[in-house]
Amino acid sequence: MAAITLEAVGKTYAGGVKAVHSIDLAIQDGEFVVLVGPSGCGKSTLLRMVAGLESVTEGKISIGDRMVNEVEPAERDIAMVFQNYALYPHMTVRQNLAYGLKNRKMAKAEISRRVDEAAQILEIGAFLDRKPRALSGGQRQRVAMGRAIVREPAAFLFDEPLSNLDAKLRVQMRGEIKQLQARLGTTSIYVTHDQLEAMTLAHRLVVLNGGQIEQVGTPLEVYRKPASTFVAAFIGSPAMNLLNAKAEGGVAHVGGGRVPLAAAVTGPVTLGLRPEDVRPADAGTEGAFVLKIAYVEELGAQKLVHGTVEGQNFACALPSDAALGQALHLVPEPGAAHGFDAQTGKRLG
Amino acid sequence: MVENRPLLNILAHLVLILGVLIVAFPIYVAFIASTHGPTDFLSGLIPLTPGHDTWHTYMTMLTTGMQSSGMPPLSLQMTNSLIMALTIAIGKISISIISAYAIVYFRFPFRSLAFWLIFITLMLPVEVRILPTYKVVADLGMLDTYAGLTIPLIASATATFLFRQVFLTIPDELMEAARIDGAGPMKFFWDILLPMSRNNIAALFVILFIYGWNQYLWPLLVTTDASHYTIVMGIKRMADVADAQPQWNYIMATAILAMLPPVLVVIFMQKLFVKGLIETEK
Repeated sequence: MAAITLEAVGKTYAGGVKAVHSIDLAIQDGEFVVLVGPSGCGKSTLLRMVAGLESVTEGKISIGDRMVNEVEPAERDIAMVFQNYALYPHMTVRQNLAYGLKNRKMAKAEISRRVDEAAQILEIGAFLDRKPRALSGGQRQRVAMGRAIVREPAAFLFDEPLSNLDAKLRVQMRGEIKQLQARLGTTSIYVTHDQLEAMTLAHRLVVLNGGQIEQVGTPLEVYRKPASTFVAAFIGSPAMNLLNAKAEGGVAHVGGGRVPLAAAVTGPVTLGLRPEDVRPADAGTEGAFVLKIAYVEELGAQKLVHGTVEGQNFACALPSDAALGQALHLVPEPGAAHGFDAQTGKRLG
Repeated sequence: MVENRPLLNILAHLVLILGVLIVAFPIYVAFIASTHGPTDFLSGLIPLTPGHDTWHTYMTMLTTGMQSSGMPPLSLQMTNSLIMALTIAIGKISISIISAYAIVYFRFPFRSLAFWLIFITLMLPVEVRILPTYKVVADLGMLDTYAGLTIPLIASATATFLFRQVFLTIPDELMEAARIDGAGPMKFFWDILLPMSRNNIAALFVILFIYGWNQYLWPLLVTTDASHYTIVMGIKRMADVADAQPQWNYIMATAILAMLPPVLVVIFMQKLFVKGLIETEK
């Protein structure tokens, strides 16, 4: 177990394409950090640099007290779980688990002790003698994790491990990964493009965009105080509404209503409102703005009302029994409005 | 598409049976001819029913050969053919799997040039380069040796190309997982790549064994000493007799014996052979 430190880490490919720009990140011992972002944001590249599968072109990566930039993947004391599992198809599950240990010239008795222990933790004992192709997706995923566990490494690296599973299994495995990490207490870095996976698993979230860190924080911090319009739109489902508005003395004017912001700004501003942070109000309520309804999605527990505010798309979540007409008057919950700089997209206040 | 048309079924079977007969009949004739004594052919007609000299014919050919036309015993020729076919098959597979490994998994200068150079040799089969190759082999003193028989036929573009395609279908993550598991290049090759290409190796072995066994022109050129004759070229020598009747019973017995090993290889490796050609799951 060890801390992982990234200092000004960057990656420039041979063709001159810069995939990762100067990333600073300190991951504590035992912490579960999730790198999240859209495809092409550099999250996988960053993880593969930590694993040693990609060379580091700028900066320094340390695992524990050791600078590992030039260290072979096998010597870094890490274990990786791949998206397509990457199990050796011609070996049985037991051989798959033992292969890394055998290469380290570990004693036979110790190998079989570790394999049995991992099999017990992951409940894969029943098919230790099967080949991977005889297993279901979820079982293969467990074997892939087993291969990481038996190594008892300083850190686990997960590269979108749940992307190949169906939705139901994904939720189940997500829970299992979380429990497993809590139980073993191994430092983990987890890459995903799924913000829900990121929110539920992480001790700390790292939101990446275009090879740069947009925000680092606990899931709740990131959810409640997104540092930019990018984070605001990316984290949370359904996504936060972003409206162009005019502010005057810290109050944004939009759709005939007035929404108080945290910062005393004047001029153009991007107003962020989560769909669940508005409630319907009577016409004529102080500060209420008008939503012209386009269509409604029933979700069961609530309904999602889509429409436009001053011609800009807006969605709000209402109780499923709410009565709807052609338009809705909405007021934000107190303190729920987010203000962002209209130019840079950075958070105001 | 499930269709049930009796007439079509009958027609299809008829065509298939006819095809089998066309292929099988000459083999039948060859076998029947090998069971007769030498005098049975003097009438100019080849008999279609088995004769009584089977044991005698085959034993004579296997143990003493045909001294009149300078033929060593068939057992020796078959051993020569076997050595040649096995060396060519195993040699081709080993060399091409290693070169495909280098081309797919290692970054070195002029990598794609190396690949294309190998690929271009596809256009140069033995017959095209036979004179220069003969000159090289002769200058190296390899005439009438097993090395001279096999080495010029070993370098193979087809097999290299096939293994390259196989390796390209193996996901990169597997190599990365192996790297993290502490497997170096040699270990990765032995522990992962080789077992994963097992079926392809088997399929290729069948093809190459038959290729090697059937070589005719090259052995004819490089062997002058009867102790290095192969059976396929031997058949031709027996048929070319001056001032005498070809001894068809012996010739046909030789043909049947020459056919046997490739057939056995195909029969015993059929399962792996088909798997290696159609399997896609990696």
